[in-house]
Amino acid sequence: MLGLNKKDFQLLLIVAVLALLAPFILNPFPEGSGLAQFNAGYPDLMQRFVIFGIFAIGFNILFGLTGYLSFGHAAFLGVGSYAAIWMMKLVTLNVIPAILMAIVFGGLFALIVGFVSLRRSGIYFSILTLAFAQMSYALAYSVLTPITGGETGLQIKATDSPILSNLADGEIGRANLFGMEMGSSYLMNVGNWLFTFNAGYYIAAIFMLISFYVSIRIFRSPFGMMLRAVKSNQQRMNYTGLNSRPYTLAAFVISGMYAGLAGGLMVAMDTQVGPERMFWTASGEVVLMTILGGVGTLIGPVLGAGMIKYMENIISKINDNILHQWFAFMPDGIEDFLVTIIHPFIGKGWHLTLGIVFMLVVIFLPGGLVEGGQRIAGWFGKGKKADAEATDTDAGTKPAE
Amino acid sequence: MSKSKLTRRGVLKTGAYAGAAGLATPIIFDGSVWADGHSGFTNAPTGDTVTLGFNVPQSGPYADEGADELRAYELAVEHLNGGGDGGMIPTFSSKTLDGTGINGKKVEYVTGDTQTKSDAARASARSMIEKDGAIMITGGSSSGVAVAVQALCQEAGIIFMAGLTHSNDTTGKDRKANGFRHFFNSYMSGAALAPVLANAYGKDRKAYHLTADYNWGYTTEEAVVQATEGMGWETVNAVKTPLTQTDFSSYIAPVLQSGADVLVLNHYGGNMVNSLTNAVQFGLRDKEVNGKNFEIVVPLYSRLMARGAGANVKGIFGSTNWHWSLQDEGSKAFVKSFGTKYGFPPSQAAHTVYCQTLLYADAVNRAGSFNPCAVAEALEGFEFDGLGNGKTLYRAEDHQCFKDVLVVKGKENPTSEFDLLEIVEVTPVDQVMYAPDHPQMGGAEATLGECNPGA
Repeated sequence: MLGLNKKDFQLLLIVAVLALLAPFILNPFPEGSGLAQFNAGYPDLMQRFVIFGIFAIGFNILFGLTGYLSFGHAAFLGVGSYAAIWMMKLVTLNVIPAILMAIVFGGLFALIVGFVSLRRSGIYFSILTLAFAQMSYALAYSVLTPITGGETGLQIKATDSPILSNLADGEIGRANLFGMEMGSSYLMNVGNWLFTFNAGYYIAAIFMLISFYVSIRIFRSPFGMMLRAVKSNQQRMNYTGLNSRPYTLAAFVISGMYAGLAGGLMVAMDTQVGPERMFWTASGEVVLMTILGGVGTLIGPVLGAGMIKYMENIISKINDNILHQWFAFMPDGIEDFLVTIIHPFIGKGWHLTLGIVFMLVVIFLPGGLVEGGQRIAGWFGKGKKADAEATDTDAGTKPAE
Repeated sequence: MSKSKLTRRGVLKTGAYAGAAGLATPIIFDGSVWADGHSGFTNAPTGDTVTLGFNVPQSGPYADEGADELRAYELAVEHLNGGGDGGMIPTFSSKTLDGTGINGKKVEYVTGDTQTKSDAARASARSMIEKDGAIMITGGSSSGVAVAVQALCQEAGIIFMAGLTHSNDTTGKDRKANGFRHFFNSYMSGAALAPVLANAYGKDRKAYHLTADYNWGYTTEEAVVQATEGMGWETVNAVKTPLTQTDFSSYIAPVLQSGADVLVLNHYGGNMVNSLTNAVQFGLRDKEVNGKNFEIVVPLYSRLMARGAGANVKGIFGSTNWHWSLQDEGSKAFVKSFGTKYGFPPSQAAHTVYCQTLLYADAVNRAGSFNPCAVAEALEGFEFDGLGNGKTLYRAEDHQCFKDVLVVKGKENPTSEFDLLEIVEVTPVDQVMYAPDHPQMGGAEATLGECNPGA
């Protein structure tokens, strides 16, 4: 169906269902309980899951298929964001044109960077892309301050009046889709549980599903096969008389457009851009997401993105005070001891926790979380190597109902 | 679907009161679900507790400041809930704080890591608002982050009490009706420093500026240039240095050839530590130019920076918001209470966020409501004393605090690692006052906009 074989269609369906039910799946613990700290079902984080999922899916088209490791993908995300916010500041507060502009500018910038960088391969390519990204960051941070707002970035202000939106004088515009605001939510109370259905999240999720679908099609297409050939032996390909550069450039631009889309969506959900979105650590993060989830797999990058964003937003908010509440039932000495032990891994220590998880995954599961899923599926004797099962492993991110 | 902003706890509890436990009760959000006067705004507290969001950098270049801010916040919460010795509550001129929390509700808090990045800061603030039901967000140790989070709070209908942010923009061109700043700013630094510099170094000086290449650097350079030129100084040159620069020797060498006799370092944090160290190593301070001793000035000082630069800060002028060696009752009480708990004196970052927390709590008590608009009204034009800076005004036009500014200088004979700065002069508030539509503050275009209660 939809030009997919049965297995791929099942995978798409599973992702669609997970995305649709995310507000339930991510909020497994009742409000007010000690474990509510681990709930991730609030709009901001759900939006981030799917947006960074898109970013990682796009990155995986380049890295997973061609093996070209770009260390500057955040630049395209940033360019897309700036394009989107200017669109909203000047033309219309509707998110669709802003997102389209973000994709176009992300793609254009990727074309320029890719045209130059793809003349080299391997580590030289990585360094070139890194250089371009750092250059963009430095430009956005200071030199281009009139366009980018410098360190402070850009926001929609009361003085902005987009031509196509009727704003009252002094009213601060909000991003919307034909009048529906991104921030609006529908809340559902079931017993002690509270589920939030956020308009912005579902719009981002639809874009994620489209991106995911396109990515499956690319993976299964002759073009995708060509990209895999580049990864396995580019020299041999060149000797057979094939010019591989148009293919790699196309892959680079496509993944740049994905990054632009992610940047545009970030602006649509939260109307602000800052230059640190283009910093090299942001480029490194998407590499981590892809490797953590599983390079070259369809679902892997999305899982990796979810895992990292979950750690960043949930673990970093646990503080000693909360630990003391958790362990309050224990005798004082043991309570303090436990808090001291756990202290380095929470709050600002979330980087440490993430690092340990990353090391464990790379050492024991070289294929990422997807490989973990396959192994578990193997234990249960299913014997099928279905990507889809991988979703079960990510228990931290997406606990089962 | 209505124009809802999220108030998870509020809705949850309202739902529970409706006796709908166990049943699916969808609630469509609009203002009408709220009945009494203590509702109708984002995250209206319904139980007997209220949650504040402390959003500080726990990692990144300002992690030290962030850690000190967090200590002060915890101390403030303890004092608001009636614990400890009460700190500055007894010395505070407004007497509504009685140790029973805020408006009779016990204070709880959540913390987050801004990583000194506006994206991460906004993500963390949004999770506090959407997930934890925070009624007020405070913190930040850089102006970019403060401006970004302030805009978010304006949008969500939450009060933002800015922490350590010195750029003019926060209460200048980027001011917001829901945002308040207690810390001083670039303009005040310039205005306070200039007369002291003119006294110490004479009115016939040639200044050379090295400026960190981002918004805070620009506003500080502009403020110091204008203030010193007003005193008769001449600005020879102003050079931008990249924020990531760690070795400033190539920027220092041209200073000597320029004929300048004062070097102004518009740098903060690690930048300032490195540029000052380089400048001193080049022997600038032993030079004599135009028949005068060569001097170095650092507009914004902090104790943490002074510690990083070590002996190089000796005799160098700068300005600061507050210093623990101040001898008024409020400062003494705060230093004692902070020192007892943590074993060392508080930094200016700790002081400003402690004050902000108390000021917010007091404003809620005086307004009798957590509604952001009521709180903003209570803070606007509020005059107070006893929080360590003498008589202070929260100006209504731009939500900036006006108070005396300290001009400090690196101590020649420090007695401990905390005793690095000595107060040269307390510049009275009148000298650092400016019009709300001052050109450095965004001119006539800058407005607060309308207060937004959200929901």
